[in-house]
Amino acid sequence: MKKIEAVIRKSKFDEVKEALHKIEVNFFTYWDVTGVGNEQQGHVYRGITYSTTDIQRRYISVVVSDPFLEKTVDTILEAASTGMVGDGKIFVSDIQETYRIRTKEKGTDAIN
Amino acid sequence: MDTNAVLDLMWVLICGILVFFMQAGFTLVETGFTRSKNTGNIIMKNLMDFCIGSVAFWAIGYSLMYGASIGSVIGTPSWFFDSAADMHSLFFQTVFAATAATIVSGAIAERTKFTTYLIFSLLMTLLIYPISGSWVWNAGGWLAKMGFTDFAGSSVVHSVGGWASLVAAALVGPRIGKYNTDGTSNAIPGHSLMLGALGVFILWFGWFGFNPGSQLAISGDNAFKVAAIFITTNLAGASGALAAMFLTWAVYKKPDISMTLNGVLAGLVGVTAGCAAVSPMGAFFIGLICGVAVVFSIEFIDKKLKIDDPVGAISVHGVCGALGTLLVGVFATDGGLLYGGGFEKLGVQAIGVFSIAAWAMGASFVVLFILKKTMGLRVTKEEEIDGLDIHEHGTNVYND
Repeated sequence: MKKIEAVIRKSKFDEVKEALHKIEVNFFTYWDVTGVGNEQQGHVYRGITYSTTDIQRRYISVVVSDPFLEKTVDTILEAASTGMVGDGKIFVSDIQETYRIRTKEKGTDAIN
Repeated sequence: MDTNAVLDLMWVLICGILVFFMQAGFTLVETGFTRSKNTGNIIMKNLMDFCIGSVAFWAIGYSLMYGASIGSVIGTPSWFFDSAADMHSLFFQTVFAATAATIVSGAIAERTKFTTYLIFSLLMTLLIYPISGSWVWNAGGWLAKMGFTDFAGSSVVHSVGGWASLVAAALVGPRIGKYNTDGTSNAIPGHSLMLGALGVFILWFGWFGFNPGSQLAISGDNAFKVAAIFITTNLAGASGALAAMFLTWAVYKKPDISMTLNGVLAGLVGVTAGCAAVSPMGAFFIGLICGVAVVFSIEFIDKKLKIDDPVGAISVHGVCGALGTLLVGVFATDGGLLYGGGFEKLGVQAIGVFSIAAWAMGASFVVLFILKKTMGLRVTKEEEIDGLDIHEHGTNVYND
């Protein structure tokens, strides 16, 4: 089992979600995050121009069984891309065990 | 009591309710333009300056403003107003006094001690506001006798609040993180422009009591005058916003939301003095001029004077109040410069503007300087960084 975490543009979230559904990755968690990266956003507030490297992004966390790993990563790589600085990153890590609380199932039975 | 007198009295009361509601507008603008960690403190300041003001103005403030004038500079003091025939007047003037007081809370937001603010607010409605007010709105006042025009209080109410704000914001100092060591200014975005926008709409709504109510009557021909004041008031608010929007659009490349909201208030404050003396065209130009002035003034105070005013109160109320009062000398259809009245009216307006500014700044300085040396004006660094809500009031406003 692997955990795939991706930091993506908010504007790309719907495309990523749809693409994941198409490859039958139907369960994942996401939350809104602020990060610091290479991209700068210009702002003006009450006549003061300032640029910030603090950027709003969406963080997706999905746990899949090993056979799903490659296509899940490929799908996010494809769907979240604009080719511009600030498209985000994907991290893959091992998951030791997974349990489904309702049925007490464990391992790959508990996920996709 | 005849029907016309009843109508007039009711009009004053209804407009008083509208002006009262402006307290909600101020609360919303000030909370919206500042950070969420200080929202509770601003709620309490706005609530309390109205409550303290209501008591103080009833206790003695009203008489200092409207009692028989002593030497044309102050009304005869008498304690605890209780005159059955003038209760409507006390109510209407109380909500005005509270408006002047509440202006200050925005300029010194996010860093000022609550106790110090309460004392300053008390003195504002007890002494500072009634004394300069008596010069203009007491028939025996020296500015009234000179023919100074401030119909609904561009100077009497707004400038007094604005100049007190200037002194207070300068003495209390900028918020931590507002200025860099090289003197450049940082933006500290407010936490909700939605709250700010709703506040501006409520203030605009309240202004339809503030200005038209100051006619103090609606029976007979007064009705036409009141209706005309609705138009001058509304036009100036609208043209103020238009001016601020197009100016910021040209200068910053984007139409600035909070500056445009300030533009509405700038136009409304500006026309308050002359709303009964100028034509609709005059009001349109007063709004336009104030909408431009407010943007430059906010930048000047922030970047050049380096006085930290999170909501723009000094510029909106102080600068545009003074400017609007001066512009009566230009646009008044009777005696204005553009209507062949020469410079005499303008001169009288200038004397009024500067003497009221000198009084408001001088008196505020004395009070605040003493407070600074005794109990202090500022919260500690730790309190300021964590937010005033949790330290001064023991709770947060947004709990989930």
